[in-house]
Amino acid sequence: MITCRHLKFAYPGERFALEIDALEIKKGEKVALVGASGCGKTTLFNLISGILIPESGDLEVFGATPSALSVSERQQFRIRTIGMVPQNFELLDYLTIRENIELPFQITSVLPDSSGIAARCEELAERSGITGQLNKFPHELSQGERQRAAICRGLIASPALILADEPTGNLDPGNQDKLVSLLLEEADRLGSTLFMITHEPELVPRFDRCIDLLKLRGEAGV
Amino acid sequence: MNFRGLFYLGSRYLTRHKARTLILVSAFTLVWLLPSLIAMVVGQVETRIRARAGETPFLLGKNGSALELVFNGLYFTKPEIQVLAFREVQAIQEGELATAIPLYSRFSAGKNRIVGTSIDYFLFRELEIESGRQLLRLGECIVGAKVAEENGIVVGDSVISSPETLFDLGGVYPLKMKVVGILGSSGTPDDTAVFVDVKTCWIIEGLGHGHDEADKLDPDKLLTTDAESGVIRVNASVVEYNEITGANVANFHFHGDTGDHPVTAAILIPHGTKEQALLKGAVAADKSLQMVSPTEEMDELFATVFSVQRVVLWILFAVGIATILIGILVFLLSNRLRKDEFRQLGMLGADLSTMRALVVYEAVFVILVSLLVSGVLLYLCSLVTPGVVRTVLAG
Repeated sequence: MITCRHLKFAYPGERFALEIDALEIKKGEKVALVGASGCGKTTLFNLISGILIPESGDLEVFGATPSALSVSERQQFRIRTIGMVPQNFELLDYLTIRENIELPFQITSVLPDSSGIAARCEELAERSGITGQLNKFPHELSQGERQRAAICRGLIASPALILADEPTGNLDPGNQDKLVSLLLEEADRLGSTLFMITHEPELVPRFDRCIDLLKLRGEAGV
Repeated sequence: MNFRGLFYLGSRYLTRHKARTLILVSAFTLVWLLPSLIAMVVGQVETRIRARAGETPFLLGKNGSALELVFNGLYFTKPEIQVLAFREVQAIQEGELATAIPLYSRFSAGKNRIVGTSIDYFLFRELEIESGRQLLRLGECIVGAKVAEENGIVVGDSVISSPETLFDLGGVYPLKMKVVGILGSSGTPDDTAVFVDVKTCWIIEGLGHGHDEADKLDPDKLLTTDAESGVIRVNASVVEYNEITGANVANFHFHGDTGDHPVTAAILIPHGTKEQALLKGAVAADKSLQMVSPTEEMDELFATVFSVQRVVLWILFAVGIATILIGILVFLLSNRLRKDEFRQLGMLGADLSTMRALVVYEAVFVILVSLLVSGVLLYLCSLVTPGVVRTVLAG
């Protein structure tokens, strides 16, 4: 689970500051995070994943305190625990879709034995409806297909926590719905916690809970 | 990221950006290859040129450019050099200080030089007659291997000398010469020469000629007859022979003293060290002549060539440095363009140091492949260049 107490973060030299008094997300919970652009949603994700370190306060993510870990420990923690799904797919253009999905296993030795990775990749691709696209390059796929590939990559290591940073932002409504369904089903199947940023109000009811970051920040927000 | 990951990502990046990788590898290959190739070619040219120069002890010629004399005597070029009288060559030969082999390389048959010489030349150069026989009489010729090959000449065919100027009716007439021998290939300028007796060259030049006997001519063709001296003058209607055959060879004759007739050079082979010293002294005493050592002239020539080569290598060095700097710039700009990719890799778990290692891996890969390619190309060139150098130097 994720717990925050009196969390405070500010970018050096900028007026922006993120302050959260209390936040708790239970294991297996599916939570939508909403809030106006620039209110700090991505910053919160970066704090949870250990990419950023808070100035003060307590942040515990699945039993680990990112700020107490060294850089390499934070990386290992992130690889083992978190599956990231970015807004802009961020697939490497010189790798095939299969290679992109399997990438976390290729670039690190932290993850367990990758012998079954090909089968896992094909299984995810099948459930995502991109089986026929595995040997293609990202530019050969539609936006929706690319985002599904990015989700498959985020799920390939069966993470305990899925952080999806507005993954439906570039998709039409039909694709948005399919994609959220995919994320929710996979999170259910893996028993993972899903924490997803969205700007689409119609998607929010599909989650267990919705957190409005502006309300969460209260008076501390800018 | 581990080494497997480095190899995985690096090799895929390079193979799937083929054009970029190919351009970088090609540029670096040229940087490594060109200086080595130039040094190799110059080295081989030097070896071959020096070999011919080293086999020729001395050249005798009219005072003037020593280098032109060497080129005329060894490579049959520079036909316009000043000539010396055949008498000078005869004098050395008769003085018993050295063997003197006359060379008269001024005329051509098409693009091939006609070299007037003596039989001693073939012995001295160890030239083997692959088919046919040695020169026996005026008007015969022996052609080099390349001349025969390029023109499809066989023994029994004819070669015609080229007139020096098309419209000079009083100048050199073409002479049809019978091919009696074909030399084996030697990879030297001898392959592209047409060898004749030096007297045949004088006939080409018009210093000797053949026509019907004057005292048997139709009286209409006679201009004057000097009863006292017996000299008969004939008019222009008397046709000169343009081919020397068994039937007309007796009618060929030279006007004046053949000792006055020209040669462009002579190869001198002193009989010993003492004779060499005496010969040098004798030639030095005659201000109109020069006796040069081809080896020494080549030393001077190559000193110049090497200084030029050094300049070229420095220029290549500068170009190479510029190419390497541009290569580094390409990598740096490429890394700026790949900022998002590295951020994404970092998000997935790769740390900064291994991402730097990825860039280094790609650079090292390009450099190693270019070194390998340049090595292979240099090896292939080393197989081909001796033949090319041999062909080029042969003419």
